[in-house]
Amino acid sequence: MSQLALATSPRSVAERGDVAPNSPGRTHTARRREAVTGFLFILPLFATVSLFMFYPIIRNTYLSFTETGVFGGETWTGLDQYIRLVQDPQMWMAIRNTGLYALIGLLGIPLALIIAGLLNRPGLRFKSLFRVIYFLPVVVMPVAIGMIWRLLFNDDYGIINSILNTIGLSSVQWLSDPVAVIFAIGFVAVWSTLGFNVVLMLAGLQAVPRDVIEAAVLDGAGPIRQFFSVTVPIISPTVFMVSVLTVISSLQIFDLVFIMIGRNSPAIDDSQTIVYYFYEQGVVLLDRGYAAAIVTILLILTMIVTAIQFRLQKRWVHYGS
Amino acid sequence: MALDQRMVAAEERYLASVNGGAPKKWRIPPASHLGWTYVVLGLGAVMMLFPFAWQVLTSFKTLDEAIRVPIVIWPAEWQFENYGRALTAIPFFDMLNNSVVSVVVRSFFQVLLCSLAGYAFAVLRFPFKNLLFIALLAIMMVPRELYLLPQTEILKVFGWLNTVPGLIAPGIVSAFGVFLMRQFFLSMPSSLVEAAKIDGASHLRIWFSIMLPLARPGISALIIFTALFSWNELLWPLLVNSDADKLNLSAGLSTLSGDTLTDFPLMMAGAVMAQLPMIIAFLILQKSFIQGIAFTGTK
Repeated sequence: MSQLALATSPRSVAERGDVAPNSPGRTHTARRREAVTGFLFILPLFATVSLFMFYPIIRNTYLSFTETGVFGGETWTGLDQYIRLVQDPQMWMAIRNTGLYALIGLLGIPLALIIAGLLNRPGLRFKSLFRVIYFLPVVVMPVAIGMIWRLLFNDDYGIINSILNTIGLSSVQWLSDPVAVIFAIGFVAVWSTLGFNVVLMLAGLQAVPRDVIEAAVLDGAGPIRQFFSVTVPIISPTVFMVSVLTVISSLQIFDLVFIMIGRNSPAIDDSQTIVYYFYEQGVVLLDRGYAAAIVTILLILTMIVTAIQFRLQKRWVHYGS
Repeated sequence: MALDQRMVAAEERYLASVNGGAPKKWRIPPASHLGWTYVVLGLGAVMMLFPFAWQVLTSFKTLDEAIRVPIVIWPAEWQFENYGRALTAIPFFDMLNNSVVSVVVRSFFQVLLCSLAGYAFAVLRFPFKNLLFIALLAIMMVPRELYLLPQTEILKVFGWLNTVPGLIAPGIVSAFGVFLMRQFFLSMPSSLVEAAKIDGASHLRIWFSIMLPLARPGISALIIFTALFSWNELLWPLLVNSDADKLNLSAGLSTLSGDTLTDFPLMMAGAVMAQLPMIIAFLILQKSFIQGIAFTGTK
């Protein structure tokens, strides 16, 4: 949005830096007063951010090198927690599961793209109604969504299995089978974020210049060809951004596992995520040093994704002039 | 497409460019072209709505009806008392109150702190400006789970563990909010600020009386994000508070989901009531919700 706005407004605040140094208001005292004002303006924010974010990052890193005592104190143990992590099969499973959810999340991207493409067709009626319906799960709390799907996916009396039985297929143990549980949670994650992705894709589609599409129509491209050969390459930056957002948010899945599976389920090891394992260790078992090391791994994975994003962005994505 | 058709289309396009608008029949194909579009979108819409319909139906069933095989679709008798039971099984109104207070207090501070800082980063010149801004950008990449354990330690020092202020406090700022507000202020014409300065207005005045009113779409996007995040937040409330009446609705609702015996009608009734305020807000303010998401996505 900002890029658009910047491009269209003839002279924006951003260009103020170019104001000639001898113009009025650029004297030494005025500049100093402006700097003081600037610091005062950012002070409340930075005080709060330092307390609740900058310091916690440092503190969490420190905690990950300590062991938590029975009464809460911590002693420095160097890399012990990380060595423990590497040898912990539950942690490896959590990393694997989190990765699988991210993969399933990526499979939802083409789906969101197609729905956005259909919603963007000229002459479509009920467009805003459709948009509201697809967006609805985004505003519903994940706890409620987890509860609903836990009922729908129930092994014994869920409606999904009874539909399967009606059409002659056998029941699937959606919430206890080690393979099915990944699909069930991955599916719900895609379902509940689909509308969010559709809205982002639609915003990208609506920025596609009309004349490009018209030129394709004149050249005889049908609607499907038009969409995949002309529109999709143009909005590839949007598709890429939505993919990155999807992967990063998949890395943080917690709520659905917490509600749909729960710690007493035998399927918890097969379905838990990094953040769920952090909760289990840090909150339930009060092993804060270990939990701190677990989220440090999450930070490292997020940084890897971000680094990959920067590299791929240059190679794959087509940016217009 | 045959050549003559193409020529007709090209001519219409030319006429459109001359007349300043395309002829209607060229822009909007007849509805019959969209048949499959409606079918696919309609099926998708059913997939999106069915779970909620099932949730509402289940919330009116008896426990026996909810878990009977073969499936019971309609409750024999609509059990309105499931809703009453959900209101008393958890301190529902305390939790609702906590959720509402969280949204209001957090939104107020987010808008205040982030727009002040956003204004400074967009308009003012001061030393280390870029460095400080990069520090904020870096924070946006850090998963928030990293903060949670140290945040509970800090609140313990304040004596805010297991209190409503503790539930609210860490959410009153975000790096994202600063970034969003800065983008809005950057897009405004600099002549506004210059003119106000010549008239002798202070930066505080310019921020409050000129920039804030103009940044309303940005402010509403920030409030919507804060509200959605607060309303749906689960992990932090579970970490910081243990008394049921100090939880928000989201975490409070999660306590209804037992591990062994699951009273689905009770859970569904509680969930319907907990999700309803946000759904109503969304239906009333759809445009702002969807624009807000679209803005932030294309930052």
